[in-house]
Amino acid sequence: MDVSKESDTNPTGVERKSERELVVTRTVNAPAHLVFEAWTKAELFRRWWVPRSFGVTLLSCEMDVRVGGQYRLVFPHEDSTMEFFGTYLEVTPHSRLVWTSEEGDGGKTITTVTFEETAGKTLVVLSDLYPSAAAVETGSTNAMPEALEQLDELLVSLESGVEAE
Amino acid sequence: MVQYSQAHIDASFGALSDATRRGVLEQLGRADASITALAERFHMTLTGMKKHVAVLEQAGFVSTEKVGRVRTCKLGMRGLEAEAAWIESYRQLWAARFDDLDLVVEELKRKEKANGCK
Repeated sequence: MDVSKESDTNPTGVERKSERELVVTRTVNAPAHLVFEAWTKAELFRRWWVPRSFGVTLLSCEMDVRVGGQYRLVFPHEDSTMEFFGTYLEVTPHSRLVWTSEEGDGGKTITTVTFEETAGKTLVVLSDLYPSAAAVETGSTNAMPEALEQLDELLVSLESGVEAE
Repeated sequence: MVQYSQAHIDASFGALSDATRRGVLEQLGRADASITALAERFHMTLTGMKKHVAVLEQAGFVSTEKVGRVRTCKLGMRGLEAEAAWIESYRQLWAARFDDLDLVVEELKRKEKANGCK
């Protein structure tokens, strides 16, 4: 893939830890309390959770970041809307967040994020534990429908590659 | 040729449109498996699983080999590409998110610094 445009940023790693678990890692060049703030304040969170490059705007973003608190994200989807929601299970300031994603049919996905500060930089490790192996592929909050659409696009480009030969 | 290609794309999308078939691909991504084992795992009849595997095989996602009485399934060339592509699309989403997160955090850093200087 095109990595050149990411060369001035820290690398993003994705690893499939098990049949139900995907893990994302990235270092952020800032102390953990600031990174944590960006993950827990709705007005900051909504500025990056849906990357600008996706061309989609969140319609609303409500986050009650405390144990047992709920969140709800609303996206425009075709002519309607699509909602993502769940509950915070753990909130440990500056070091750990755990929440559920409950919009899927096949059960809850549990997301655990840890923030580990070393020398002013923060290693962010995010783990998505899906309810089943099949749910990993169908995606959820963290993959968003775009992930599958991108797969489709990639397949189309593979196909057109064949056609061009 | 365009028509051929279009038919091929349709076969791909059809093959991937079903959750069970995506599950089968995911399963084969970890280890080869017999049709019997796949049927058991996805709680369906042998006949039902044979149909799913046939669709995946036709689209090139899966290849099968019969050894003795057992038909073993593994990822075909396009199955491997699809798996890599899916993981890559997930990685790209997160890279884009973190790139935007960097901007937000940079702003927080500047604000904190400015407040500290007061």
